[in-house]
Amino acid sequence: MDDLLSEFLTETAENLSVLDVELVRLEQNPNNPELLSNIFRLVHTIKGTCGFLGLPRLEAVAHASENVLGKFRDGTLHITPGAVSVILRSLDTIKGILAVLEATEAEPPGDDSALIVLLHEVEEGKEVSAAGGGMAPMPTKPAKAAAKPLVVEMRPQPDLDIDFEPVRAVRQDPDPEPEPVKVAPAKPAAAPKREVAVVEAAPSEPPPVRDSGEDPRESAPKESAVAAQTIRVNVDLLENLMTMVSELVLTRNQLLQILRSQKDSEFAAPLQRLNHVTSELQEGVMKTRMQPIGNAWAKLPRLVRDLAHELGKKIDLQMLGADTELDRQVLELIKDPLTHMVRNSADHGLETGADRLRVGKPEIGRVTLNAYHEGGHIIIEISDDGRGIDLEGIKRKVVQNGIATESEISAMTDQQIQQFIMKAGFSTAAKITSVSGRGVGMDVVKTNIEKIGGTIEIKSSKGRGSTFIIKIPLTLAIVSALIVECAGERFAIPQISVVELVRAAADSEHTIERLKGTPVLRLRNRLLPLVSLQTLLKLEGVDGASDDETFIVVTQVGTYTFGIMVDRVFDTEEIVVKPVAPILRHIEMFSGNTILGDGSVIMILDPNGIASGSGNITLGESRGSEAMAVQAARQDDKMALLLFMAGGGAPKAVPLSLVARLEDVDMASIELSNGQPVVQYRGRLMPLVPIDPCFERHSEGRQPVLVFADGDRSMGLIVDEILDIVEEKLQVQLAAERQGYMGSAIIAGKATDVLDAGFYLTQAYKDWFGSSATEAFEEDKVHRVLLVDDSPFFRNLLTPLLSVAGYNVTTVPSALEALNLCEAGESFDVIVSDIEMPGMTGLEFAAAVRNGSRWQHLPLVALSSHASPRDLDRGRAAGFDDYVAKFDRDALLYTLSQTLSAHKGAA
Amino acid sequence: MSNAKLPAKKAKSEEPSSGHMDFVTMTIANQLFGIPVLQVQDVLGHQRITRIPLAPPEVAGSLNLRGRIVTAIDVRLRLGLSGRPKDKPEMSIVVDLRGELYSLIVDAVGEVLSLSTDDFERNPATLDARWREVSTGIYRLNNQLMVVLDVSRLLNFANLEVA
Repeated sequence: MDDLLSEFLTETAENLSVLDVELVRLEQNPNNPELLSNIFRLVHTIKGTCGFLGLPRLEAVAHASENVLGKFRDGTLHITPGAVSVILRSLDTIKGILAVLEATEAEPPGDDSALIVLLHEVEEGKEVSAAGGGMAPMPTKPAKAAAKPLVVEMRPQPDLDIDFEPVRAVRQDPDPEPEPVKVAPAKPAAAPKREVAVVEAAPSEPPPVRDSGEDPRESAPKESAVAAQTIRVNVDLLENLMTMVSELVLTRNQLLQILRSQKDSEFAAPLQRLNHVTSELQEGVMKTRMQPIGNAWAKLPRLVRDLAHELGKKIDLQMLGADTELDRQVLELIKDPLTHMVRNSADHGLETGADRLRVGKPEIGRVTLNAYHEGGHIIIEISDDGRGIDLEGIKRKVVQNGIATESEISAMTDQQIQQFIMKAGFSTAAKITSVSGRGVGMDVVKTNIEKIGGTIEIKSSKGRGSTFIIKIPLTLAIVSALIVECAGERFAIPQISVVELVRAAADSEHTIERLKGTPVLRLRNRLLPLVSLQTLLKLEGVDGASDDETFIVVTQVGTYTFGIMVDRVFDTEEIVVKPVAPILRHIEMFSGNTILGDGSVIMILDPNGIASGSGNITLGESRGSEAMAVQAARQDDKMALLLFMAGGGAPKAVPLSLVARLEDVDMASIELSNGQPVVQYRGRLMPLVPIDPCFERHSEGRQPVLVFADGDRSMGLIVDEILDIVEEKLQVQLAAERQGYMGSAIIAGKATDVLDAGFYLTQAYKDWFGSSATEAFEEDKVHRVLLVDDSPFFRNLLTPLLSVAGYNVTTVPSALEALNLCEAGESFDVIVSDIEMPGMTGLEFAAAVRNGSRWQHLPLVALSSHASPRDLDRGRAAGFDDYVAKFDRDALLYTLSQTLSAHKGAA
Repeated sequence: MSNAKLPAKKAKSEEPSSGHMDFVTMTIANQLFGIPVLQVQDVLGHQRITRIPLAPPEVAGSLNLRGRIVTAIDVRLRLGLSGRPKDKPEMSIVVDLRGELYSLIVDAVGEVLSLSTDDFERNPATLDARWREVSTGIYRLNNQLMVVLDVSRLLNFANLEVA
């Protein structure tokens, strides 16, 4: 069942039972305004939720009741038993509808107009007979219902028109039955009525209404199944439970630590058990706090819809990963920032439909929310395909507001300038709308996210949209922390901010150098600013501590990376973050403190505080140099290769990314079909191709097989032995003369034959490349792809791959040749280009294409073995529409089809 | 401190209300201090304390008291006295202030005294300003004076609001 619906059912069931009681009390004390407003509020809530969920029948009934109650509340209508009865009856109707709703997830068809008319009459002040209005809907067997225990199963009866006929019958056939509501105490009053409603809902042919026998307990009306499955627990109780479990975990850790120092303790076994139970308990309690992030998003579609109306834009909100779960507490804390950011994207980010059409984008703007887990964190991306962040606008505003001078700004990187939108009181919106632009917001968003140990990153490219990436911890209760020592004191650093650890010593490859006393470290060809924890915390040096050996905790805060110098690094430990005492809250360097397994108290360092406390560091400063470093590092691109032996001679290699699976096939299971060896594999026949042409099939034993798969077909390549998987830079040095090989390369220090997988694929299926050509696209037209790559290996690799997917591929070895083709008047649907190429790089090529060439409107997809977000930015900046990792076959195909369809939409 | 038990001779008091108050006594640099007994949670011997860098000097560090983190305050420094000599033993009184626990490090903890409010007197106007800030008044005991410490004022460091 839909989460929203089930929540609604639970809540409404609760509200209704409260209402039953309250209404009866109201009837007894008609002058209790508090009671009345409570009732009004409950009914109002029900009405509101019904409307939100699109349940018109419920809404209509609730609305009419609310009107009556509103008059009661205002004092314009006198509370009479008759009126109360009518309202109670409408509650019963609601309950009946809810029962069906719960079973079938749809509102039953039916007509409540009689009831509504009745309610209107009450509202207008017409007297409704109390007796008549009372328990009329029991013309058949009210007495029986009360006397005879019944269990009513509310199975959906699809062929039934559950109409709540009795409700309509009320007026026509007033029943002189005594009004039980008036005489019975509150609770029972509700009970028989509910039963009656159900009985009445039953059709003439008695449905599974089963006589339950003698047990009177069973006469209790069946509670809503959904309501019975969940209970509402006070959040405080859960929090409390969580704290206790956290303490238990700590105590457990402490015990385990003691156990480790004692051999052969008789406590070992029970402690192990305690360990397991505690872990499970912890997990269980954590789960009670976990909620799908979709809960925080539930209101967004509506919000975006309203925004779209207000702003006159067409907005498509896409929400991915709504079932990603995270801690309730975290969820609460990110709810508002998320709403704000979506609002921002819709208002600032997206252009109006007309503007979008003008720049050649689809009229409907898209805002995408994507949530997923990544190593103990939740990543939430909010992206739009709008105009991107207006750097010039920010610059103007910054100068205007006197935040920075023009010369300062001109020295800043784009990344730094974008960071300004996170500053308080900063808004570039030309006019203040009711939506956003008031200059409060992004700074609050940032503060809120950082408060829970999260980070936020901005990526934007002008005209192509912006993406905000929020990284937050899964839970706040227990975090993993690295324990370090500095000047004899131990500190914990939250693992979330630790990127890597580097040991720096005189004898190691890393040494700390000093620039006018400021320590820096060369790390992978760039300088990493260092912060001495000892200096920062003003710790007194301990004798013997020297610069001989220092550990550097490379820490990342936002986009700023720096190193924290410490003396020693211990283990990581799971810690429960506790707030520091109020008199210490002003110290920015600490985010909290905790008790370690050995019982000692330890301070938790706050990387954000350290970053801001360690000098005039503007976040995002290091971005530019980082990109350079990445580019330099890219020289040694590596790829995973599968090494195997087959057919004697040198070891063979094939890119691991091409291999779907490794299987061990029992030779006895190989059959011959059409003269070709095949094996039954996952319910299909998989042709087997030996690499060794002289391969002799043994009748027994097992043989390793590399499985290549494409869609639902697969083929197996029989090899002799699988050797290893290595990460190597693949440089095909000798072109192959033999069929089935691309050439030779040095891999793992040995000359290795690089396999041409495409050759073997066609051995298995002659039509491997091409049969699916028409499947991939609905149109008859085959898309033409221009592939620009200097490496013959990749050209050979990708050509079959793209052909399989139904593209017509043209390859050129360099960007210049590609431009020649452009001059020559060739036309393509999409260009896929490598980035690192001799002569003209992919980035330059993209810029050249975009700069007024004939192909300037063609989609461009960059292809590189590195597809980090940073690369993506650079690619986008150069004019690429998308960026794909070289070996990610699926991503490439997906991106191509996406890019093509997007362009088609825009055209 | 048994010699301090008996109240000194009765003198006119500014506190007209009579009755008894119970105090936990302690000595710091040979001066007797008292804290209302109801505010005291625990009395501890020497504890392993984790130093807190960048904290005010009066904050000695934090310690683990049965799973709760307690902030330790060096009362000597808070009262403007010199730091404790390394070889001298120390004791702590744990107090509760608005749900937070603080451990007050003193030289020695004495006993619980029930004192008549008749012997209470406001701080002399000439008292050291630092002491006046943290003390509510003085009790005259037989042969010495006991300074009553106000825990919330003691923990309200200069320009710091104890939330």
